[in-house]
Amino acid sequence: MNAFPFSDYIVVGIFGLAVGTTLAGALIATLSTRIIRGVCGLMISCVGLAGLYYFLNSPFLALMEILIYVGAVCVTIVFGVMLSEPDEPPEIGKRHHAILWGGGAMLVCAAVFATAAHLGVRGNWPVSPVRVNDGSVKAIGTSLLTTYSMAFELISLVLLVAIVGALVVARFGRTKE
Amino acid sequence: MSFLTLEPIRLLLYLVGVCAFVGANAAYLVLAERKGAGRIQRRPGPNEAGYAGLLQPVADGIKLLAKQIMVPPGTDALLFRAAPLMVMAPSLMCLAVIPFGANLVARDLNIGLLLVFSFGSINVMALMLGGWASRNKFAIISSARVVSQNVAYEIPMLLVVITMLMVTGTMNLNEIIHQQAGWFWNWNVFKVWVNPLMPVTFVIFFICMLAETNRAPFDMAEAESELVAGAFTEYGGMGFGVFFMAEYANIVVGCCLATILFLGGWQSPFGALSGVLGPLWFLLKMYALIFTVIWIRWTFPRTQFYSLLNLSWKILIPLSLFTLVLTGVMIKII
Repeated sequence: MNAFPFSDYIVVGIFGLAVGTTLAGALIATLSTRIIRGVCGLMISCVGLAGLYYFLNSPFLALMEILIYVGAVCVTIVFGVMLSEPDEPPEIGKRHHAILWGGGAMLVCAAVFATAAHLGVRGNWPVSPVRVNDGSVKAIGTSLLTTYSMAFELISLVLLVAIVGALVVARFGRTKE
Repeated sequence: MSFLTLEPIRLLLYLVGVCAFVGANAAYLVLAERKGAGRIQRRPGPNEAGYAGLLQPVADGIKLLAKQIMVPPGTDALLFRAAPLMVMAPSLMCLAVIPFGANLVARDLNIGLLLVFSFGSINVMALMLGGWASRNKFAIISSARVVSQNVAYEIPMLLVVITMLMVTGTMNLNEIIHQQAGWFWNWNVFKVWVNPLMPVTFVIFFICMLAETNRAPFDMAEAESELVAGAFTEYGGMGFGVFFMAEYANIVVGCCLATILFLGGWQSPFGALSGVLGPLWFLLKMYALIFTVIWIRWTFPRTQFYSLLNLSWKILIPLSLFTLVLTGVMIKII
């Protein structure tokens, strides 16, 4: 592998591509006024994130990111938008002191980001950042059903509540007629 | 020669190869489709350009390439242009993990099966965005149909895949093929001692594959007699062409997957001659499946949308759940 000329640069370039895709997608998602474009930005961002996961040697997580966030979450959002939203976003009048609000939000975001980054790099983590297993499907399944079975069961409970809630809402809408 | 064995060069060669394969397939499957349609409807099909119409794809390609890509006013121009690319790119990506022969695979990924499904799921999003960006009522109806159809059929498809995962125990496509070595009764579709319903599982997979690639009798997204051309209504020239190339690429990927999961991939039916001739066996099985797809399209009329959803939710999902449970029980007993 290392015999290939400029292999370091290629690797750095691919990393830069993944980071750039993630950031560009996030910017599109936040800056666009049309909600469909925002969802597209989210999708691009998720694909970039999947690239980063792949870069960090966990292809399973990368593929799951695409399968769930692009294939399911984004599709659901767009579907919801198509069913509900009028095509054109209504014109929003300019808020008073927009720059102040924006600046304040920016400050808060910067503080949160700086704290998270500091914690991530310098924080005293109880579990050291080493690979606990080979990241294969079998290892993930085993740890899901043994060490993290509580979290796994809680997630299924959340899903159950969501399904029941959806049923209740649908019922309500039907009998109201 | 050593230059060719370097990883980046090898990947680049595979990229070119996959693009060429998809392009050639898209071009000649259209011809095969039209020829097949002609045979089934008792007419010759295209037979003017070249010998027996073999140059027809070239003529079609030149015609499509020469047309201007119109972006109608009022559309979301950016998404309108991006949608064909977003349909095409994931299907190219899927072909990276398909093993055409024992050593003929671009990336022998451990979770190749998952990769095909995760990138396959982008297809829905792209078709839907294409329909939405067209700002055409037919296109938007078609996008809504694409989503509900694909969501409905993704469930039985994934259930079938989980069944196969339980049988094979791996997501590595090449490994799955290796397990089906020997005579043809070792292919997963005939492994009735693992699960008596294995042929039914194959049929469910095939039906779901037809629905996922929006092929007739499930081509509700296109439905030219009611929705003009569905999500592609506003597209012309190569924008339209790329959508069709992607559709055929998806059919190729789906048939490849069916071949790998159920029909033994590049294994020969008699236990010998699968080394060098592997790709040949693979292509033979794959094209037989593709022929079946074409055959079904011109034999069955388009279903209604409700019966399409009923088929999935009331028959295929319970049936695939049942095979899943049965396989689990059988594995536990044996």
